[in-house]
Amino acid sequence: MIIDKIKKDFQIFKNNPNLIYLDSAATSLTPDLVVDTMNDYYYNYNANISRGVYKLSEIATDKYEQAREKVAKFIGASSSQIIFTSGTTASINTIAFGLMRKISKDSKIAITASEHHSNFVPWQRLVSKDRLSIIKLNKNGYIDLEDFKEKITSKTSLLTISHVSNVLGTINPIKKLVNIAKQINPEIIVIVDGAQSTPHMSIDIQDLDCDFFVFSAHKMCGPTGVGVIYGKKELLEQLTPMFSGGNMTDKVSFTETTFTQIPQKLEAGTPNIAGVIGLGAAVEYLKNIGLDNIKTHEAELLLYTQQKLYKTFGNDIIIFGPSNIKDRSGVLSFTFKNYHPHDIASILDSYSNICVRAGNHCAMPLHTNVLCVVATTRISFYIYNTEYDVDKLIEGLKEVKKILK
Amino acid sequence: MSIYQEHILEHYHNPCNNKILDNATNSESATNSTCGDKIRIDIILNNNIISDVSFSGEGCAISQATASMLTEKIKGEHIDVLKKMTKDDILSLLGITLSHTRLKCALLSLEVAQKSILN
Ligand SMILES: Cc1ncc(COP(=O)(O)O)c(C=O)c1O
Repeated sequence: MIIDKIKKDFQIFKNNPNLIYLDSAATSLTPDLVVDTMNDYYYNYNANISRGVYKLSEIATDKYEQAREKVAKFIGASSSQIIFTSGTTASINTIAFGLMRKISKDSKIAITASEHHSNFVPWQRLVSKDRLSIIKLNKNGYIDLEDFKEKITSKTSLLTISHVSNVLGTINPIKKLVNIAKQINPEIIVIVDGAQSTPHMSIDIQDLDCDFFVFSAHKMCGPTGVGVIYGKKELLEQLTPMFSGGNMTDKVSFTETTFTQIPQKLEAGTPNIAGVIGLGAAVEYLKNIGLDNIKTHEAELLLYTQQKLYKTFGNDIIIFGPSNIKDRSGVLSFTFKNYHPHDIASILDSYSNICVRAGNHCAMPLHTNVLCVVATTRISFYIYNTEYDVDKLIEGLKEVKKILK
Repeated sequence: MSIYQEHILEHYHNPCNNKILDNATNSESATNSTCGDKIRIDIILNNNIISDVSFSGEGCAISQATASMLTEKIKGEHIDVLKKMTKDDILSLLGITLSHTRLKCALLSLEVAQKSILN
């Protein structure tokens, strides 16, 4: 991968020449190609989809449906299994609402201790607390397999789990976990939150064999406001639509309405047309770079960072999550002495123009109950990051130490 | 301009009134949920005069330094002085401007102190 060339794909680096962006787990930067593709819609064929019989609307509809095909191919699904939403949060809420009637009153939902609030609160809201089984993590940030096997029983109707933790970076062995869960209860529905995996590694949905898989466009070079639900067909068909209205109906009368087929059934109203088409461009862009190249690049950066942090700061730095690089994605959360992460992030920003995230990263139970710290500082990598960025980070952290003592 | 000015760091490293008052007449605490800052304020009121005040808890340099400055400012004052304090008073104590997110850190101790004298 030639990073200098990749950086040229992003106007933002031209406009902010000294920008060191280490917060791609929150949102990735957007390549010009994606912005241009979206502008193309507004400049040249701005029309609503699936309604007009005129040319512009047909072009818009075609491009929108082509994006669905591109996204489907990107994860190894067929296009009727792809539903567009406004993001991972919307995807998970749509599934939770859609399954509400299907989940029997005495069944349980299993979830891990490291979930993002997006994949936690919707489930917590759905069932009473004695029906939510929290699967433990061990000290190094891996799912505790023994606890996993204990918490999943024949009464567990649903398992929801992130592919990659947005705090620890742990890559969970989804295929294996799905397999174990289905052996215990063949009826279990497994939902995978792929918000942090899809941007960074090649996804083969057939191989993972989960029932639902969700992710956000804005973390993978696409725009904000677009997300995806992949689902097995018979399950997608069973989801009660969270939204009803235009574009999802078959026959509407004053007394009764019937719905159309998936995917349209779950996409009521006018979608983010330009955004979806932008996501189509983003997946092509990532495919051209190569997902395996991206993964390798991030692993190299991660190793470099880990070594540099320990070498420079020794025991002043505590890094959370697996120490074995092959088990983690390009996310690294740490504490630095007793410095508050907000101070670290503010100083890195104001002195060195480095963007990092500080806080609990929408994973408060994980911080409070597992890591036992109120907050961490998080850096996360993507295709445009280099060792130079890491060197700058180290310099910046030295400055933090000088200021906060 | 960096928000980590000399006088702010001085308060952060050597905070004033950083303790718990066992005989407080008024106490209140709160947390800032985005970053987990925790502040507790203890006040001893004597005929509506703040005869002693302290803060405790943990948080970033901005929240700790502000709490220190605030307690220094209101000690010995009538409670009306505290009641009337606003965001702008805190910013002029600090002598810096703050972004939206960091403003929350700076205002936490004032919110807690004002809440403690509500009843
Ligand atoms: C693991 C994980 N799940 C869910 C989300 C929520 O995604 P969004 O904010 O795009 O809905 C995020 C992103 O913040 C995440 O990292």
